[in-house]
Amino acid sequence: MNGIWTMAGVTFKEAARRRILWTALIAGVLLLAIFAVALRLQVLEFESRAMSPFVRYQVESGMLMVGLYTCDLLAVVMTILTSIDTLAGEISSGTIQAIATKPVARWQIFAGKFLGFTGMVTAYVILTFSGTVAVAYWVTGVVPEHPVRGVALIVFECLLALSVTFLLGTRFGTLTNGVLALGLQGVAFMGGWLEQVSGFSQSAHIVTLGIVSSLIMPTESLWRRAAYEMQTPLAGSLSFSPFANVSIPSAPALAYAGVFLVIVLSVGTWQFNRRDL
Amino acid sequence: MNAPADYAIETRNLEKAFGSKVAVRNLSLQVPRGTIFGFLGPNGAGKSTSIKMLLGLVKPTGGQAYVLGAPVGDVEVRRRIGFLPEDFRFYDWLTVTELLQLHGRLCGMTAAKLRERVPAVIELVGLTAHSDRRLRGFSKGMLQRIGLAQALVHEPDLVFLDEPTSGLDPMGRRMVRDILRAERDRGATVFLNSHLLSEIEVTCDQVVFIKEGEVVASHDLRARSEDDLRVVAHARNVSDEAVLGLEPWSTSAHFESGQLTFTVRSRSVLPDVMRHLVASGADIFAFTPERVPLEELFMKIMGEDRGL
Repeated sequence: MNGIWTMAGVTFKEAARRRILWTALIAGVLLLAIFAVALRLQVLEFESRAMSPFVRYQVESGMLMVGLYTCDLLAVVMTILTSIDTLAGEISSGTIQAIATKPVARWQIFAGKFLGFTGMVTAYVILTFSGTVAVAYWVTGVVPEHPVRGVALIVFECLLALSVTFLLGTRFGTLTNGVLALGLQGVAFMGGWLEQVSGFSQSAHIVTLGIVSSLIMPTESLWRRAAYEMQTPLAGSLSFSPFANVSIPSAPALAYAGVFLVIVLSVGTWQFNRRDL
Repeated sequence: MNAPADYAIETRNLEKAFGSKVAVRNLSLQVPRGTIFGFLGPNGAGKSTSIKMLLGLVKPTGGQAYVLGAPVGDVEVRRRIGFLPEDFRFYDWLTVTELLQLHGRLCGMTAAKLRERVPAVIELVGLTAHSDRRLRGFSKGMLQRIGLAQALVHEPDLVFLDEPTSGLDPMGRRMVRDILRAERDRGATVFLNSHLLSEIEVTCDQVVFIKEGEVVASHDLRARSEDDLRVVAHARNVSDEAVLGLEPWSTSAHFESGQLTFTVRSRSVLPDVMRHLVASGADIFAFTPERVPLEELFMKIMGEDRGL
């Protein structure tokens, strides 16, 4: 087990020393600044005309969801971009040879690296998420309904994306891995929208297509569940946007995401274990 | 085949095929403990694949192999194995000390042991002045020194070195040679893959030659000072009969422009050869037996380079 923690530690350090993480953090801070300014302008506009507090609260909550959705997108993309190289790159450069010949089983290397990234991604999500919530509270006074459930679901979503880049990294080179992982994220995004449309459309085919896309890559449905948990109850029933939900991913959908994570990680471990390095 | 305890490495008919391409076939090796063992062969002979199989990086498609008595792929036995890959690369954002600590920890070394061993092994490879520098920007030779330190940090019983001196200057090579001998004297076995035959010649106790994935010859270099001697004699009046008469001792004799050259299998026959030549009426001015250089042996065994 010692091997897992050693690998997790070095992977965490490595991820933290990558420039992309800091770029993503700076991007997060910039977005927060834009978000704060936009919120402030909205608040000033509300104050200039006597707005009903109820409507005002709904709009401000909606804007908070926009901020959180941006956080979510940034976190998923950052997860994919920082992790595509960790297995694929070390296998192609031969760096892995000096590690895989140590008294550490291959699954431990895989698990250790995954844990290292889990720590890094979790820290990133908590940082940007709480930043967004803090800014919204400071400017408008609104808070999300269930912030802990929300942040947990976003972390879960990132771990799904991470498991996919790990699995693909045991098989493909860095670039192919990145293209495939981002492509799958695109499929998930499309699936989310199709399921949203299904709330209005009568076409059963669109519903099926949306569900199939969400099954192929269930990341976006986790965001939609997170949004559902965080938005005001009324917002959910009123709006049609990715930040509020017409079709809410059910408990089985969450369970499916859990099974998806376990299966992808198991196949990745198996594949890493059997391949020649 | 029982797991043999008396050999550091034993393989029987080890084979690796990548699809229809066979990289290693019928590799049967016996590497005695406590020796420096040279593994020679031309490019593409399957040397690296063989080493990777012994280290569990590549899965064999046939045959058996035991390393320190354990079947290849065993994780625990790797605690006692060190490896310097041919092109050693590692996280270049670590310092020399951090890198060695990481490798030591992966080998299960305790913090106390690391504190004692890491500076010692950095000193051994001559990098004490750079111990807190990051690897980024290090030359190939320096990386090779760190790679060697990484392979030895946990005091393994068996060390695999893939081209350990290719990026080193003559002083670095000398250092590696001394380190390898010290490792052997400590009781460790060193498995050395190198193209530098002159290095192998002065360092190794035993060598095998592999070609197209098979062992084609094996030599004990410690015993070689006794056999395989090449004699160059400066002589006059050497008759054809005298040359033919060398046949009991040598089949490769020829006489050309005052120089008689032949090889013998043992030093002990030299007085008889000398007597035969003198008796045949030859005048001998110089008679110099010397070891057949490994390079010549290599060329003879491998045959002409027909391209890869």
